[in-house]
Amino acid sequence: MSNEFHIVVCGSIVPDPLQKLEPVQGPGGYALKNEMMLPAVLDPWAGHALYEAANLAKSHPGSKVWLVCLGPKAKLQQVMMNVAQKVPFEIVVADGNASGFTDAFETASVLSRSIEAIPGLDRDRLLLFGGWQSASRGSGAVMQMVGEMLGVTEQFQGVDKLTVGDDGSLEIMERIEGGCYQTSVVDGAPAVLGWATGELPEPPNNPQVGMQNMQKIMPALAQAKPGDVSGSSLSFEAVQVPAQRRETRIVKDTPVDEIAREIVDWLSA
Amino acid sequence: MSKILFLAHTEADGSLHKAAREALTGAKALAEGLGGEFAVGIIGADVQAAADSIGGCNGAFFGVSGEEFAAPRYASDLAAAEAIAKAAGADIIVAPASYRFSRALPGLAVRLQGRVDTHLSGIEVRDGKPVASRWYYRQRMEGSFTREERPWIVTLDPGCFAPFEGEASVEVQAVDAALPAMRTKVVGIQAPSEDEQTIRPDASVLFVAGAGWTKKQGDGATHVDVAEQVILGFLGRTKASLGSSKSLVDLSGEGQDVISFLTHMHQVGQTGATPRHPKGLATCCHGEEPHVVGWRFINERRAINTDASCGWAQGKCDVLYVADAFEVMQAVNELLNG
Repeated sequence: MSNEFHIVVCGSIVPDPLQKLEPVQGPGGYALKNEMMLPAVLDPWAGHALYEAANLAKSHPGSKVWLVCLGPKAKLQQVMMNVAQKVPFEIVVADGNASGFTDAFETASVLSRSIEAIPGLDRDRLLLFGGWQSASRGSGAVMQMVGEMLGVTEQFQGVDKLTVGDDGSLEIMERIEGGCYQTSVVDGAPAVLGWATGELPEPPNNPQVGMQNMQKIMPALAQAKPGDVSGSSLSFEAVQVPAQRRETRIVKDTPVDEIAREIVDWLSA
Repeated sequence: MSKILFLAHTEADGSLHKAAREALTGAKALAEGLGGEFAVGIIGADVQAAADSIGGCNGAFFGVSGEEFAAPRYASDLAAAEAIAKAAGADIIVAPASYRFSRALPGLAVRLQGRVDTHLSGIEVRDGKPVASRWYYRQRMEGSFTREERPWIVTLDPGCFAPFEGEASVEVQAVDAALPAMRTKVVGIQAPSEDEQTIRPDASVLFVAGAGWTKKQGDGATHVDVAEQVILGFLGRTKASLGSSKSLVDLSGEGQDVISFLTHMHQVGQTGATPRHPKGLATCCHGEEPHVVGWRFINERRAINTDASCGWAQGKCDVLYVADAFEVMQAVNELLNG
């Protein structure tokens, strides 16, 4: 079996984690306050999936990586200025709502249609990558539905390690309860892998890669088709930030033994 | 009339996990609130013992069993869930958000042309309608919602309901699940020994190690070996669960010394876990928002940090000890030694 893979990574943008987030109700339902003004980043788990995809493609010549994004293209363009410098990929954009308050099924439908329309994509070599969760909706459900819609029934979630055998088989380590791993072997592509953290650090910026990517990203953004995720009856009654302020007692200038005793007493209470 | 199906899978020993019995409590309350019919579906190698362990819930029981359904695997789990859902004719399916079902059940929404909402923190009946609640943006905000699409598949996170108790012998209606060609083989589980395992979901205390444990100390040198001894000593005595901040696990990618037993799976916070424990003790952590979201479900929170203006001091923990964690935790260990 050939070891050339067509790797499609699904991922989108989320607010920079250092930002304060506040829900607001608008005419279109709930959203984040000043959402379009908030600095955005590529979703962290989608980022892990993208770096794993690029590493896999690099070690298996002939492989290709696409990044399929559902999001507002103006924000995507900003984020891609940074992401494009990390690893080589082609982008496919569905111009639509990346909010966490949209329906996971609708998001999966848009992504699956976008993937089906990729020219030259060999579905027999398809590895469908994405994050096992997102930092927005965090449902951990979209990748499975995209895979199911594309007819891919070998699926793995919470993946931290993928090893490709000489015969094209895939050995996959998935997170399971209690800090353990389940190891599975599938005889080859196609498969869905929802990545957890993976094993790779974030690649350093490479301006040359960035320039090559941006030559393809800008036309792709210009040609982005609308991604409509409004076809759901999902109806929010309320969204609120919990009252999280605690009355913090600050203990300082106190002997170490006294602090230790207080902690031990608290632990055993 | 609504038909509510509670769906579960057995553990390796044929039992039901506590999280499944918690979800059963939620499912049963939902069925009672809606005045609907109630059914139970169980997937596993042999489901009878699991069914009997919850037989007192007064529902019709369906089961898909056989060796091919023993191991968690997307294709077989989904085929079994689909067969049970169709046999039960359910319009709302409630299941625990276990790793096994979190992998498989979203696909069920596509198979049944329904919808799925996962990791719910609650589900109840308001004005005759089922209303679900869950967290968004990494536990930053909680939303409550409903929807009209059916079947509606929901998974409930652990710790949100009391576990159901009520054994009784029941008759399980066997359901045949048509399996597709299976290309995936589960070959094993990697689990550290009980003594080596430092991720303990049922522990009463979460101990979180921040990046400060690997930084230069007062003498200008790092003391990662000492940090490891102190942390392992504490975990060994208290059987606490260990977590870490993202910055600590990422140090490995930056070529810095790291605490050898920390992995990405220990990470709590924005890109890590949000475990549920009664108490949490943060050491050498910054206490900034991306990290604190991992503490959403920790009831009592204390922190040790040398910086009195650290983020933890901004109303995020109950007590902040401004002190050297090396010194404090060594003293704690000595006291625990008795």
